[in-house]
Amino acid sequence: MPLIDFTDKGLYCSAGDFYIDPWKPVAKAVITHAHSDHARPGSTSYLCHTHSKPLLQLRLGDNHYQTAEWEETVFVNGIKVSLHPAGHMIGSSQIRIEHNGEVWVISGDYKTEDDGLSGKFEPVKCDTFITESTFGLPIYKWKPQQEIFQDVLDFVAHCREEKKTAVLIAYSFGKAQRLLQCLPGSCETIYVHGAVWNAHETLTKAGWALPDVVRVTPDIPKEKFPGNVVIAPPSAEGTPWMKRFSPYSVGICSGWMQVRGSRRRSNADAGFALSDHADWDGLIEAVKGTGASKVFVTHGFQSAFSRYLNENGIEAAEVKTEYGQEEEKETLVTE
Amino acid sequence: MKQFAELVDVLGGSTKTNDKLDALSAYFSEADDKDKVWVIAIFSGRRPKRIVNSTQLLTWCNELVGLPAWLLDECYHTVGDLGETISLLLPEAATTEASHPLHYYLETFIRIEKEAEQTRKNFILDAWDSMTKSERFVFNKLITGSFRIGVSQKMMVNALAKTVNLDPSLIAHRITGNWDPQTTRFDDLLSADAVTTDFSKPYPFYLAYAVETDPATLGDPAGWQAEWKWDGIRGQIIKRNNELFVWSRGEELMTEKFPEYALLKDALPEGTALDGEIMPSKDGKPLPFALLQTRIGRKNVTKKQLSDAPVAFFAYDLLEYAGEDWRERSLDERRKKLDELISNSHLPSVHISPVIIFDAWDQLTEIRKESRTMGAEGLMLKRKSSTYQVGRKRGDWWKWKIDPLVIDCVMVYAQKGHGRRSNLYTDFTFAVKDGDKLVTFTKAYSGLTDKEFNEVDSFVKRNSLEKFGPVRTVKPELVFEVAFEGIAASKRHKSGVALRFPRISRWRKDKHIDEINTIEDLKEMLAVYGKD
Repeated sequence: MPLIDFTDKGLYCSAGDFYIDPWKPVAKAVITHAHSDHARPGSTSYLCHTHSKPLLQLRLGDNHYQTAEWEETVFVNGIKVSLHPAGHMIGSSQIRIEHNGEVWVISGDYKTEDDGLSGKFEPVKCDTFITESTFGLPIYKWKPQQEIFQDVLDFVAHCREEKKTAVLIAYSFGKAQRLLQCLPGSCETIYVHGAVWNAHETLTKAGWALPDVVRVTPDIPKEKFPGNVVIAPPSAEGTPWMKRFSPYSVGICSGWMQVRGSRRRSNADAGFALSDHADWDGLIEAVKGTGASKVFVTHGFQSAFSRYLNENGIEAAEVKTEYGQEEEKETLVTE
Repeated sequence: MKQFAELVDVLGGSTKTNDKLDALSAYFSEADDKDKVWVIAIFSGRRPKRIVNSTQLLTWCNELVGLPAWLLDECYHTVGDLGETISLLLPEAATTEASHPLHYYLETFIRIEKEAEQTRKNFILDAWDSMTKSERFVFNKLITGSFRIGVSQKMMVNALAKTVNLDPSLIAHRITGNWDPQTTRFDDLLSADAVTTDFSKPYPFYLAYAVETDPATLGDPAGWQAEWKWDGIRGQIIKRNNELFVWSRGEELMTEKFPEYALLKDALPEGTALDGEIMPSKDGKPLPFALLQTRIGRKNVTKKQLSDAPVAFFAYDLLEYAGEDWRERSLDERRKKLDELISNSHLPSVHISPVIIFDAWDQLTEIRKESRTMGAEGLMLKRKSSTYQVGRKRGDWWKWKIDPLVIDCVMVYAQKGHGRRSNLYTDFTFAVKDGDKLVTFTKAYSGLTDKEFNEVDSFVKRNSLEKFGPVRTVKPELVFEVAFEGIAASKRHKSGVALRFPRISRWRKDKHIDEINTIEDLKEMLAVYGKD
């Protein structure tokens, strides 16, 4: 019997009677990270990394949360479980499960480049590896973070010259904090949308030293924005909320911006292929690093990636999950 | 090349016309003269011939990246652009300082067009090896098919006009016709003498917008001329220096393709330019456009084609007479002279496009209903006092098309789109009912909003089995109304019909698959409108 079953509620470990990132309410959920397609409400008890807990509380409210440090062994109904850095966002973890000498690792979402905040991704030796494949095609090859940050800074400087507001679109959980690292000094004030603010405040309270930001509120005079930066989540783009920043230019930070057609479709002024997911080389490096003899490929280009692995001597199969639908469904904070 | 790649970056990235205009005119004031001439050539459809096909390019790319061919295909279908796919896949060049100027590459294309494959391959590989990602993208676009990057010829003309401080309509005229970007200097191309040296040069076409309101608001009907709006290829026939030239609206010289017009060389007086429609036609009656499609794209026309798909010219304007530019004269005057000219020519392949007599707008509304029977797609309304203007202009000329034919059908296959529809399922195949089965009858790619396309895309992703290759079979559930301009019998399609200009007119969320139209409905439309 496999250690993990793919059920209609999510990835299920029957030996320990728990689920990993279930998409329906269950008794015991082990959570890889705080994005809404992986951490869903309604379960009775959650196990997550210490850093994820405040974000889960913000997103899911008060629940029974059990936390663990990376590499700390936790027994769930007698099954050995441990969390390992996934490099995707603050607190994001791969889940290692061991039973009767067999080891499975579930990657959740991950990226192999160290972004300075999320913890450095480490391949964990296992027999079976369940990997994401969001950017599982060789057209996705990221530039190093430093170079993309420089592109973002050039965009901000250009906006300043033109006396425009630079509106950067980034997920409020993860991408916004990552982006924030390069911004101090690029302008006088960094403004953030309410959703970004909530995440920011939660993390600051939890002890993270993040650069100072100002929440966008209706009482801030419009003249303050041009020449400065605003970070807003994708849900804010194209809404009336943006009007106050006029004149402004929009730069979207997402791996999808790698392809020209997606950039053009977005109607933004600039696109930065800054992704919190592994690129093609990263996925392959990660899979090889685990030494797994069997790989299950979830959300993304799972057909192509699993076929490529099979042709290269790694037994792989695709799995349908409900991850990756929408990384962040945020309701716009009305002020 | 870097400068041009940067320009293309801005043009492709910007959504604002003014930003594009600024980028173009900045380019025209700063770039090398030879490069500028080539940019004008590229944006007015004068690219060098392709020197490789897409399979060759993909193969050579793969020799460098070493991935399975199926994976490259997957990449291509996701990106939706071959040139871009390759630019994303190639390993980075060791140095990108050494790339050549734009005109160097384009002129080399021409030079090595007929050389051995190995020579062309070496040239391309060397070029890739000296370029940045965006240069490679532009380069690949230039050596493969279309170079569409969100800039119209009109915009390029406007930018040029701004840079050299001339009227856009003058520029538009100067860049028409036969000129070779290899030998034409920037100053010569834009100089006043240029027009007279090239005697094949057509005039820029005057184009109409669709009527925006009830035509009755156009005022006194007596001031207006109505004509049928033909569904052919807009063209100019020019006789100068005792030579005949046939130009399409796309500024393609098509003289050889239509031997039917050859007699005009003797029938027309020296220094004549006619504007009209290149139409498949027999005994003065229009035939379906589909017939014309069998003629275009072929260089040599066979006797059989000539008799199967005879072509005539339906003239409706006179732009030059006795070597004199008549465009500033009134339509009334031009038309009178045109009538005289055509009726004197007595040629079976040239007709005057008749003026429709009407006294009141109501009456014309009734006449318009006859369009399909006449083989027309509606009416043209032209102010009798109008001059012949340059490009698409409001005010004096309007097209008043008939409502399209529509049919309700269900989407059965989907394919990822191109350009800004990269990685989105936007290219659909539709079916109607044939008893209890479904039969596909058309594809359509346009007509939905971005939001609707996103919705359909997510339906396709959820309701099709992912497999390899570009086409997904989708659960037949989504009902759409497809609109089209005409219908003709076709042996090439399973349904037996071919549609003209099919597009999605509405997403019928209110309709169930049981309520879609049937193959019998299509056949009935064919019987009524598909006469040939």
